Amino acid sequence: MTAHANSAAEPYTIVIGLEVHVQLQTKTKLFCGCSTTFGSPPNTQVCPTCLGLPGSLPVMNRQAFDLALRAALALDCQIARFTKWDRKNYFYPDLPKGYQISQYDLPFSHSGQLEVVDPKGAFSRRVRITRVHLEEDAGKSMHDEAAGTADTRIDLNRAGTPLCEIVSEPDLRSPQEARAWLNELKLLLVYLGVSDCNMQEGSLRVDANVNLHIPRGDGTVAKTPIVEIKNMNSFRSVERALIYEAARQFEEWQATGAELGSAPKQTRGWDDPAGVTRGQRAKEESSDYRYFPEPDLVPVTVSEEQLAAVRGEMGEPPTVLRQALADRWTITPYDADVLVNQGRDLVAYFEELATLAKDGKVASNWMQQDVLRTLNERGGTIGEFPVRPAAVADILGRIALGDFDTSRGREIFAAVLESGKTVADVVASLGIAAVDDAELESLCRELIAANPKIVADVQGGKEQAAAGLIGQAKKKNPNVNPGKVRAMCLTLIKQLG
Amino acid sequence: MQPLALSAVDLVAAVQQGELSAVACAEAFFDRIAAVDGRINAFLAVNREAAVAQAAAIDARRKAGKPLGPLAGLPVAVKDALCTADLPTTCASKMLEGFRPPYDADVVARLRRADAVIVGKTNMDEFAMGGSNENSAFGAVHNPWDLTRAPGGSSGGSAACVAADMAPVAIGSDTGGSIRQPAGLCGITGFKPTYGRISRRGLVAFASSLDQIGPMARSAADCALLMETIAGHDPGDATSLAEPVPTYTSLLNEPLQGLRIGRVAEHFGAGLDPEVAAGVEAAFETLKAAGATIHDVELPHAKYGIPTYYLIAPCEASSNLARYDGAHYGHRAEPGKGHRAETGKGYRAETGRGGGGAGEYVGGFDSPLVEMYCRSRAEGFGPEVKRRVMLGTYALSAGYYDAFYAKALRVRRLIQRDYLEAFTKVDLIAGPVSPTPAFKLGEKTGDPLAMYLVDMYTVGTNLAGIGGISFPCGFTAGGLPIGFQLQGPALAESLLLRAAHGYQQLTDWHTRRPALPA
Ligand SMILES: [Zn+2]
Repeated sequence: MTAHANSAAEPYTIVIGLEVHVQLQTKTKLFCGCSTTFGSPPNTQVCPTCLGLPGSLPVMNRQAFDLALRAALALDCQIARFTKWDRKNYFYPDLPKGYQISQYDLPFSHSGQLEVVDPKGAFSRRVRITRVHLEEDAGKSMHDEAAGTADTRIDLNRAGTPLCEIVSEPDLRSPQEARAWLNELKLLLVYLGVSDCNMQEGSLRVDANVNLHIPRGDGTVAKTPIVEIKNMNSFRSVERALIYEAARQFEEWQATGAELGSAPKQTRGWDDPAGVTRGQRAKEESSDYRYFPEPDLVPVTVSEEQLAAVRGEMGEPPTVLRQALADRWTITPYDADVLVNQGRDLVAYFEELATLAKDGKVASNWMQQDVLRTLNERGGTIGEFPVRPAAVADILGRIALGDFDTSRGREIFAAVLESGKTVADVVASLGIAAVDDAELESLCRELIAANPKIVADVQGGKEQAAAGLIGQAKKKNPNVNPGKVRAMCLTLIKQLG
Repeated sequence: MQPLALSAVDLVAAVQQGELSAVACAEAFFDRIAAVDGRINAFLAVNREAAVAQAAAIDARRKAGKPLGPLAGLPVAVKDALCTADLPTTCASKMLEGFRPPYDADVVARLRRADAVIVGKTNMDEFAMGGSNENSAFGAVHNPWDLTRAPGGSSGGSAACVAADMAPVAIGSDTGGSIRQPAGLCGITGFKPTYGRISRRGLVAFASSLDQIGPMARSAADCALLMETIAGHDPGDATSLAEPVPTYTSLLNEPLQGLRIGRVAEHFGAGLDPEVAAGVEAAFETLKAAGATIHDVELPHAKYGIPTYYLIAPCEASSNLARYDGAHYGHRAEPGKGHRAETGKGYRAETGRGGGGAGEYVGGFDSPLVEMYCRSRAEGFGPEVKRRVMLGTYALSAGYYDAFYAKALRVRRLIQRDYLEAFTKVDLIAGPVSPTPAFKLGEKTGDPLAMYLVDMYTVGTNLAGIGGISFPCGFTAGGLPIGFQLQGPALAESLLLRAAHGYQQLTDWHTRRPALPA
């Protein structure tokens, strides 16, 4: 079987819904005071509560709840004024209480939406959010890979970390859309400070539900059984897994004709190296989680004032920011998209630069061509980037004044980055001094006298021949402004007759 | 000075005034434990050395003129369902045999801060499930009034140790009557405060929405003294109440004149032992003579109390006890044939599970992991615990939830409403604690349903989340104590203690002690 991208040519519609779990960026766990720092030695961030010791009790971390509220508000969700906690009961060694505190029938929010627009116009999709709820994470199981052993070690540092579950309606229609939507969701959550969304560290996890709607010749539609795909470790894996799964389902449907309802929902795991999904054994205890209201916690009420406070701390989400940047700095939506997608810190850098340079368009060009490119080469964050907006603005200001041209400006930018000196120091050390008009005029007269051929060509109407004079001028004095040289030379030649 | 004969109030006063050393006090009770507990089996762990050292430190502080806590030198026995960092906490279960928690329960910490001396941990029904203390994995407790009889349960060890003068006061927990019923059967005073009045943090959970810690003592006055220390808000228990704690001891002596006491006709129906009925009726007369008025009230849904309780409590218990799976602490079955424990080199982290559910290595019912779970729980839990875990698991299962658990929650609300309605007409409701006096050990063990009915007068208090107190109101011809119960509205602790104290000022039933020679 070959995996291939869905395209308009394919005789089916892919129907995709996503279930995303994100760890909230809180200092402490959801129901105890333990730290949530990633990567500490195993079982060092634990207490009686997250170890599930006898007699221990949970107490809700209001900061986690407010962060979850922030996410739900940004996803345009309805916020429940009254929400409660439920126990989801199942046995597993990394779940020390034998149940997970989650939310079952009264999630704190529901009925939201998040739109993703392809900046190049390939698609635009408004995806409905079924619900967003809050729960505690489990610990981590580490299985011994050595053959023949059944040894497993448990790290409970993660147990009790706040986890937001975001469930979408099956509104996505292609693997590419799914990936783009996940990118947009991640951007939003990172912007709002809700989560770092680091998939490698497990702070964002995605499961996908997918099936196909296949039109038959008679106008009816065949629907393939829904498959839940797990174990995808990157957004690229999500896209690849969906592409593979759509093709697999189509082949299976062609072979068996199996349709939705003929079999229970199947779970398949994504094998990234092999590039295939594989059926997972149905668990014998299946999915009776015996949910019931968590008696150790009290229901949570949300007041209008609390919502207002959360809204007040929210900041502009990416969609609003894109429009705002385009409006404020008269840059194209595409440029605004590139900047916003780099994160809030880069946008702040850009806005500082644009303000100082008093020119959004030029600032945007420099951000994309110089700052971003260098940043990508060097690595690191924009916050650590050694050339600060004031220095770039200084360079742009000197270019605008005609002290030097853009290419000279780029050399200065590189030198500032390299040396850590100020723009003024670099300009001085490179011997770049503004050439005054008298100096420029005498240089131009000298060149005109030495180049009768060029002068004749210009006089004969070929003004582009003046470029030869500019080249020579730059050789004699690298600090001259080419535009000024050209204008001066043309004026002087005109005066010659 | 004979410490065994003194009330808790007098013991503390004697220690604080230097009339009695805390060490002498502690030694007297430890001597008594050594002399009689072989016959009673009230203690699962005794803390003599540490307790005497603590008492000596209290005496030294007093001699140095430093202030002492409000329970200075008072020996306190603590039910083995409360976590103690210096003593094992087993819940009388093989599952937690030898388990030592890394922390003190909030109540234990409060007692220590008040300079009380923890003498030991008392026997109980396993995980507080039972009404006779016969469900202990470490042997039944014998009623000090008749060693062939049960002390009641689940706080049977706490009740028996106070009745037998092995401790002046004890801490119990009450989920459906587990303080009041054994107090009634052992002739002592047991107080179950309003749900949330005392922090549950560190109380090993049986049924979280019903569990409440409370004092057990010889008198309401001693209960009031303990309440001032153990009650109060705990930010570590989300269900704990933030209301201020009154000085209960200073409010005890207000007269009973004008107190409106409700009498529920159904409490005197079928199943009530005639001697118990007579004792309770006599108590009503005493209260009336003291100026209280008696009014008939109805609790129309009280008859559903037992089935409601025996759904909600096992449902919560089935979840609360899931943590005892052998994986992290407590009893773990020896590995089966299929298991090979080798230490390998490369450990691969399991992908974080999004929506929960078991991870990849659960395997089938025959997998080593599931086998370990099953065998650990089969070996670690006794039959009554298993029965309730199964009841609760069944009742919460898909397809049964609405018929059982959800319906029980609805009935619970009706029972709560009955009490609210009744308390618009009366200040307190009075009646028997349990339908019979102490029954014979082994008498009901073959009939779980008969055993469940011993809770018929007490479960309503827990379902409604209100307070109740029980104390002796007479004795049978055979010399067994008869218990009387008062129930009050939420946060009516002062009123309950005051009414019980008022009654005890007029009677001497609570001062009688079983003949139990050392
Ligand atoms: Zn913790």
